Amino acid sequence: MKILVCITNVPDTTAKITFTDNDTKLNKNGVQYIIGPYDDYALARGVELKEQSGGTLTVLHVGEADADPQIRKALAIGADDAIRVNADPLDSYFVATQIAHIASQNNYDLILMGRESIDYNSGVVHGLVGEMLGIPSYSPVMKLDIDGGTATISREIDGGKEILKAPLPLVLGCQEPISEWKIPNMRGIMTARTKPLNVTEPVSVETMTVPEKYSLPAPKGACKMIPAGEAEMLIRLLQTEAKVL
Amino acid sequence: MSVLIYVELDNGSIKKTSLEAVAYGARVAEQLGEKATVLAVGKAETAELEKAGSYGAVNVLHAADEKLSHENGLAYADALVQAAQQEGSKVIILSKSGLGDAMAARAAAKLKAGVVSGVTALPDTNGAFKVTRSIFTGKAFATAEIKSDVKILVVKKNAIEIDESQLTGTAATVKSFSPQLRDSDFKATVQNVEKADSELSLTEAEIIVSGGRGMKGPEHWQPLLDLAKALGAATGCSKPVSDLDWRPHHEHIGQTGIKVAPSLYIACGISGAIQHLAGVNGSKCIVVINKDPEAPFFKAADYGIVGDVFEVLPKLTEAAKKLK
Ligand SMILES: Cc1cc2nc3c(=O)[nH]c(=O)nc-3n(C[C@H](O)[C@H](O)[C@H](O)COP(=O)(O)OP(=O)(O)OC[C@H]3O[C@@H](n4cnc5c(N)ncnc54)[C@H](O)[C@@H]3O)c2cc1C
Repeated sequence: MKILVCITNVPDTTAKITFTDNDTKLNKNGVQYIIGPYDDYALARGVELKEQSGGTLTVLHVGEADADPQIRKALAIGADDAIRVNADPLDSYFVATQIAHIASQNNYDLILMGRESIDYNSGVVHGLVGEMLGIPSYSPVMKLDIDGGTATISREIDGGKEILKAPLPLVLGCQEPISEWKIPNMRGIMTARTKPLNVTEPVSVETMTVPEKYSLPAPKGACKMIPAGEAEMLIRLLQTEAKVL
Repeated sequence: MSVLIYVELDNGSIKKTSLEAVAYGARVAEQLGEKATVLAVGKAETAELEKAGSYGAVNVLHAADEKLSHENGLAYADALVQAAQQEGSKVIILSKSGLGDAMAARAAAKLKAGVVSGVTALPDTNGAFKVTRSIFTGKAFATAEIKSDVKILVVKKNAIEIDESQLTGTAATVKSFSPQLRDSDFKATVQNVEKADSELSLTEAEIIVSGGRGMKGPEHWQPLLDLAKALGAATGCSKPVSDLDWRPHHEHIGQTGIKVAPSLYIACGISGAIQHLAGVNGSKCIVVINKDPEAPFFKAADYGIVGDVFEVLPKLTEAAKKLK
């Protein structure tokens, strides 16, 4: 089985978000970058499926060279090789077009990625890639088993879950608890250095969206404290003051 | 030409978040001097669909083919594209959800449309078409111009205020709509659907009462459930609670769980780690009950009680029962 896992390179979940250049650029100063947490789930399950089926796993990132440490980490976790499409990813459409282009040249059975990136939270890349390739896409996938050419998928739906059986190839957006995140071991880290990381240039894409500026939410007012002994008072305040009851 | 709005159905009723999307879409249509048309896919009574009129829709296209009675994002996206083509719609609006994102993405690729998900306010349509959306799980906003001819917006809950008193009684005209269905969209077979019918959906709920590790164990959840019942609220939890199987996974709220935006979020025994906050920062009012006065959640809260949940919750429930 040929598996492709797409990863994003995003600020750590605890990062304080600020902007520079007149609020037109993210301030990367002091921000630690990580593999997108949902992508980490996709990667972990991809590695397990590869180990079971004896296939190959390629990891793909659309972005600039500053993501190479995260790509190396994915190689250390168990990917066989990596592709980086060398571009500043402008929007989901651009990223999806690059992924679909690489995928169309390589006939993957399974394309896994996170349900969304935690920077733009769009959750649309898997659907775009699926449609561009003309294959089904499902998200968010919480359980995935492959038997021959068929996937059994358990995915979250509003207020519950649904179990599907679908023929490969598929594009899937993953989330927990599809697998446990994997931490690279020493051997993995050493071998990752020798695994191929191929850098390719992007294919051209029509511009769909142009970023203009960023802003931060208005600061929160102070919290009104209510003594525990007078907890009932809260209900009255929620009704008369906050007007939410 | 019309602005096309997709509404999600739940057991034949238009979801609340979708009615918001209709109101949003009607305002965009007004800005552009067009009319608002709704697409609904699945089983629903005509009277229910006519309700979209009160929120500003003129027409409702209803695709009720038996094959579409099970939620199928691939086929639904095809229906959306065909409806947009029939109506000549250059702006398509969906509400933010798993289905909304999936349909928006597939439709965007088919129509070569720019898609922006997580939109938090009406677009600026003076000259260029600019939209603002939430990014970094609510920690910031980004404004971008959509350049493509067709534009797809996936709007978040609370993107606009709806003045209920302004709602009209005008019914929308419901027309049946029969999209061409493709066999390739029906390759997957549904083995099983587990859905808690009676439960209020977290993404739709106006009030959520949520519990963390401070609730001590699944056997201690009753006081929280009692308050939720008294308030007509949905219940949620933090990640460790669902990891420990104290509560079902679909109640897990936060960065890696569900993102919610109720009017009122009541957090009981939840510390307020940044990853949990990321899922609730769209709430209008946050109440925190925690015995630790230093719990980070108090910094994000509107109202706080420092105290033991097992003492505080029954008092709140009693007071809530007296509400009317
Ligand atoms: C990448 C990543 C993603 C994550 N995603 C999520 C996510 O989506 N959602 C999420 O929730 N977490 C997420 N987490 C975990 C998060 O960091 C916290 O660990 C988690 O939210 C803590 O849950 P908690 O507040 O229930 O538990 P704790 O941190 O253990 O806090 C329990 C709280 O209960 C209080 N308490 C105890 N007893 C009582 C009592 N009797 N009365 C009143 N208060 C009491 C304590 O003072 C404490 O503040 C994520 C973590 C990572 C690294």
